[in-house]
Amino acid sequence: MSASAQNQAVQTGRITRTFIYVFLLVASLFYLLPFFIMLVNSLKPLSEITGGNMMALPQTWTIEAWGAAWSTAQVGVEPTGLRPYFWNSIKMVVPAVVISTVLGALNGYVLTKWRFRYDTILFGLMLFSCFIPFQIVLIPMARILGMLGISGTTTGLILVHVVYGIGFSTLYFRNYYAAFPTELVRAAQIDGAGFFQIFRRIMLPSSGPIIVVCVIWQFTNIWNDFLFGASFASGSGAPMTVALNNLVQSSTGVKEYNVHFAGAILAALPTLLVYIVAGRFFVRGLMAGSVKG
Amino acid sequence: MGFLDINNVTKSYGNVEVLHRVDIAVEEGEFLVLVGPSGCGKSTLLNMIAGLEDITSGEIGINGRVVNGVHPSNRNIAMVFQSYALYPNMTVGQNITFGLEMHGVPKPERDKAMTDVAKLLQIEQLLDRKPGQLSGGQRQRVAMGRALVRDPDVFLFDEPLSNLDAKLRVDMRTEIKKLHEKLKTTIVYVTHDQIEAMTLSTRIAVMYQGYVQQLGTPKEIYDTPANLFVATFMGSPAMNIMPARVAVVEGRPHAVVQTSEGGEAQLPFSQDNMAAWDGKEILLGIRPEAITDPDGADRKSNNIVALQNRIVVTEPAGSDTFVTTTLGGKDVISRLRADVSVEPGQLFDFAVNMEKAVAFDPQTEARIEG
Ligand SMILES: Nc1ncnc2c1ncn2[C@@H]1O[C@H](COP(=O)(O)OP(=O)(O)OP(=O)(O)O)[C@@H](O)[C@H]1O
Ligand SMILES: [Mg+2]
Repeated sequence: MSASAQNQAVQTGRITRTFIYVFLLVASLFYLLPFFIMLVNSLKPLSEITGGNMMALPQTWTIEAWGAAWSTAQVGVEPTGLRPYFWNSIKMVVPAVVISTVLGALNGYVLTKWRFRYDTILFGLMLFSCFIPFQIVLIPMARILGMLGISGTTTGLILVHVVYGIGFSTLYFRNYYAAFPTELVRAAQIDGAGFFQIFRRIMLPSSGPIIVVCVIWQFTNIWNDFLFGASFASGSGAPMTVALNNLVQSSTGVKEYNVHFAGAILAALPTLLVYIVAGRFFVRGLMAGSVKG
Repeated sequence: MGFLDINNVTKSYGNVEVLHRVDIAVEEGEFLVLVGPSGCGKSTLLNMIAGLEDITSGEIGINGRVVNGVHPSNRNIAMVFQSYALYPNMTVGQNITFGLEMHGVPKPERDKAMTDVAKLLQIEQLLDRKPGQLSGGQRQRVAMGRALVRDPDVFLFDEPLSNLDAKLRVDMRTEIKKLHEKLKTTIVYVTHDQIEAMTLSTRIAVMYQGYVQQLGTPKEIYDTPANLFVATFMGSPAMNIMPARVAVVEGRPHAVVQTSEGGEAQLPFSQDNMAAWDGKEILLGIRPEAITDPDGADRKSNNIVALQNRIVVTEPAGSDTFVTTTLGGKDVISRLRADVSVEPGQLFDFAVNMEKAVAFDPQTEARIEG
């Protein structure tokens, strides 16, 4: 996959190439600078920040702020640090990502390989859900969660994210499976495999790249979501993003910037990790050799 | 009632009927080839036999059982697809035994069956590879192995050789024929290659625009094509078709054809009933190998006619020389022995084997029986 992409790249001259590199370097500096500031300041004592230069490296290196952000800082009224909320987020994001990805894969499989009347219209309607702004669904969603008796719980939040995520995950898998050779499904049918056996034994093993794409997308979105978290999960059930906000807002007296910075990095760490771990599988071409070639 | 019975079957997509009242009865052990140009409905018919497409009306029976509505896996058929459709995530061995596994065959039996098939197809050394690590011909074998291992009532092949290069295609063709002679299983085989159809089949169904134009042995199809389409589709180079008039001369019906020099040649028919067409226009069909040099003419024929005509183009092809000339205002290809020396522009004495000539009704395009 990557090899063929390189082959197609236009050959460029040395000057153009230098220009491209310089430009890329500047761009990456631009994007890395905020992260750099957060990182260095999270490793300084507070006095160094308030008294001096934000850009400077720490004179005394300390991870005290990290410890505080994780376990002792005042979040809202409780001095719990971000730890419990981190686990809230994990408990929300893992099931929500798994469920929305599995449902998206099943939808894509049905919409491409088990065509039925009006399936394109149904798919169009599902796509529509990708474009509905979050704010519009807040009140109806609150009402439904209330009726189901799961408002304010992590379960409720999972449901919200699954419902919201299905549109995108279906889109991903439908487009991926549209290019998947239907003859494989037919061969499996003749071999006697049923609906779920074909899905599990034939489709899923060849879906690596799109699963990775879908997981990264869903994970990032759900982890970073603030609006649903703030609206549907309150107090001790709040996710990391909401807690981070509370941490920054609720510090009485002096603003502990170093703790805030450390907290913000902690909140961003899981998405970073997902990119680094899962991104490696992006380039794997898993479909090689299924059909003629 | 045959072993595989296709009884008055039609297929429609929405309002469009793509197969019209197909009737074919296949005996056990037969090798039926469905041949026709692209889009004529060959794959559709095959998929209906397999159960991958619904039957709009009519019945399909396999081994005495009507299979309309029976799931593909319960029809006791096996299919080889044009793209081979090997499961990319499984090894060759797993590909071959997947069907058995799905049918609940225990592992030791599966392995035994796999070994037997691998030996038959000489792919033993490939069993642990993934399809992506195989050449086209090897994939083709694996696809056949996957079909063979099921020991089905009927084999279905959908253009299994069309992705191979020319030489491999000929080799695999021979191999499929050998396999059929060894196993004697009923085969339905789809191709648009008329040479494949002629060489492999015990019977051919020529299809065009959703109709079976003719069903018969390769010889019947070749010598007595039912209509103009079959006549020109089967055979390479195609049968020459030229306008002619029927005239009864000395009590015998003749085809009167305009020669290249503007004269008229009288070619006596072998079919006496052509006399009924006296004075009428027909289309005369003569295959290239029935227009030859006098020494190359069929000695067993009782109806060789001499015909002088001018040569337009010569095409030496090694084993034969193809010569283009003009008859009835049409380009006509004739097939001479390779060592006859001919020049473009030369007047040449051809020998026409009228025993092999056929006549078509210009209105209906059907062959005039004789
Ligand atoms: N799902 C479908 N909806 C509508 N028409 C279809 C559908 N599938 C096939 N057809 C039509 O049915 C006809 C027969 O198609 P089929 O695939 O059987 O052709 P074929 O003889 O196998 O051709 P080829 O040699 O190109 O494979 C074609 O005209 C095609 O356009
Ligand atoms: Mg086809």
